[in-house]
Amino acid sequence: MNKREFLKGLILFFPAGGLATILTKRVGAGETGGKEKGPEAPGGKEAKTRPNGAYDPERHYYGMGIEIDKCIGCSRCVEACKAENNVPPEPFFFRTWVERYVITRNREVTVEGINVKSKTARETTQDDREVLRSFFVPKLCNQCANPPCVQVCPVGATFSTKDGVILVDAKRCIGCRYCIQACPYAARYLHPETKTADKCTFCYHRVVKGLLPACVEVCPTQARIFGDLRSKASRLVRFHRMNKVHVLKPSLNTDPKVYYAQLDGEVR
Amino acid sequence: MRIPEQIQRLAVITAVIIVSVLIARFLLIPRSLISDELHRASTIQRENAKPIKFAGSTTCQDCHEDKSTQIRKGYHKNLSCEGCHGPAAQHAENPMGVKPFAPRDRKFCPLCHGYDASRPTGFPQINPTVHNPVKPCITCHNPHDPVPLQVPQSCSACHAQIQRTTAVSSHALLRCTTCHNVPAQHKTAPRSVMPSKPSTREFCGTCHGKESTQKDAPKIDLTNHGNAYLCWQCHYPHLPEGRG
Repeated sequence: MNKREFLKGLILFFPAGGLATILTKRVGAGETGGKEKGPEAPGGKEAKTRPNGAYDPERHYYGMGIEIDKCIGCSRCVEACKAENNVPPEPFFFRTWVERYVITRNREVTVEGINVKSKTARETTQDDREVLRSFFVPKLCNQCANPPCVQVCPVGATFSTKDGVILVDAKRCIGCRYCIQACPYAARYLHPETKTADKCTFCYHRVVKGLLPACVEVCPTQARIFGDLRSKASRLVRFHRMNKVHVLKPSLNTDPKVYYAQLDGEVR
Repeated sequence: MRIPEQIQRLAVITAVIIVSVLIARFLLIPRSLISDELHRASTIQRENAKPIKFAGSTTCQDCHEDKSTQIRKGYHKNLSCEGCHGPAAQHAENPMGVKPFAPRDRKFCPLCHGYDASRPTGFPQINPTVHNPVKPCITCHNPHDPVPLQVPQSCSACHAQIQRTTAVSSHALLRCTTCHNVPAQHKTAPRSVMPSKPSTREFCGTCHGKESTQKDAPKIDLTNHGNAYLCWQCHYPHLPEGRG
């Protein structure tokens, strides 16, 4: 065999061999509905039946209302969120968190996260006499209708669902932290175990089954309201009718779906 | 016109490359790697398959009917069971094997009821260091039906929010009647017979004036302090600034 014949043979041999293996695979896989990955098949089938049944994401559009005057800063929501969603216990990984705003006489604004770890009564750092006003602001992912995090993701791992929740595909996420930088609400963090971006999902797994998000479930003062914006009468629609509402950083045109009542102008 | 041989050969190679790229794109690479739609669907599936830890308040009342009817009548009527008892979905599935958490020590209740200046005005709060120290809260208060232990004083029975606000202010030790004259009929006909309110600057001056003998009250000179205004136009008497 000379060089010329060898190269000719090579050109034909490799694609033909590859094609043969692929075609045999295809035939085998064709019976299980073209699904490539074995272990995911059972879950896939279950979810496939769901749209025909109860839950239709097209018919919902979720949002949250937060009444600041009702928040007592007990951080039950933060702990419930950590328990429900396996958020690491360290006090710097949060899907939802509560900030204390203290505005002093000389108009200095202090913002501090409430430390979930300390079980004792928390006290303001300032002398009470210097405080002009003070309040708590619960924060979480604003599930923007126009989300900057989705725009910047280089691999398309984060996306909006039809019912208005931003999810992260942990299998696709490469952990580049671009979305964490892009989020104007600092709602994302890099999960230390999976090394992928993680964020509030409005407890998507609970919501599709008709349950409330864990934070809303445990809030003792009903400072958090969860509901469907597409519904004519939901708790959230009522919240919109009865309160003057505002969103965080409206100038960024992110169109958040977390609405605040009695929001102070100092809240960032 | 005859196509030169080298062009023909190049065309064959190009065709092979194009075909192999197409094969790779549509046959070799599984669709689940390319299709956004499949990716998103599988993410939603994974998300939906996550275990639920909080069973939800309606689940608890199926078995604990007595507690849920009791709690619906009291001040804690809007509280979710799992807010205090922790996630209980496992308990709902296996009631004997998994028992939920029950807070019984003094640390838990002050998470909500300990005094904190940032809490909304009027929310019932205590100072845990001076409020019956050491005793667990549940020795006096039933968390499923919390009521103030003492018989409510006549004013706070209706004016609870003002009473609770004043309770954490520097006016905590003043009686309502120090500033308000309350006719006896006010208790039976509250709207038609109203208690009095202080009407002059001099009234506040009896404690806060320069010449007052009241030792603890901060003093001002009535003649040059905010002349144009009545005291309560700037200071809220039930929660004056400068606590402690």
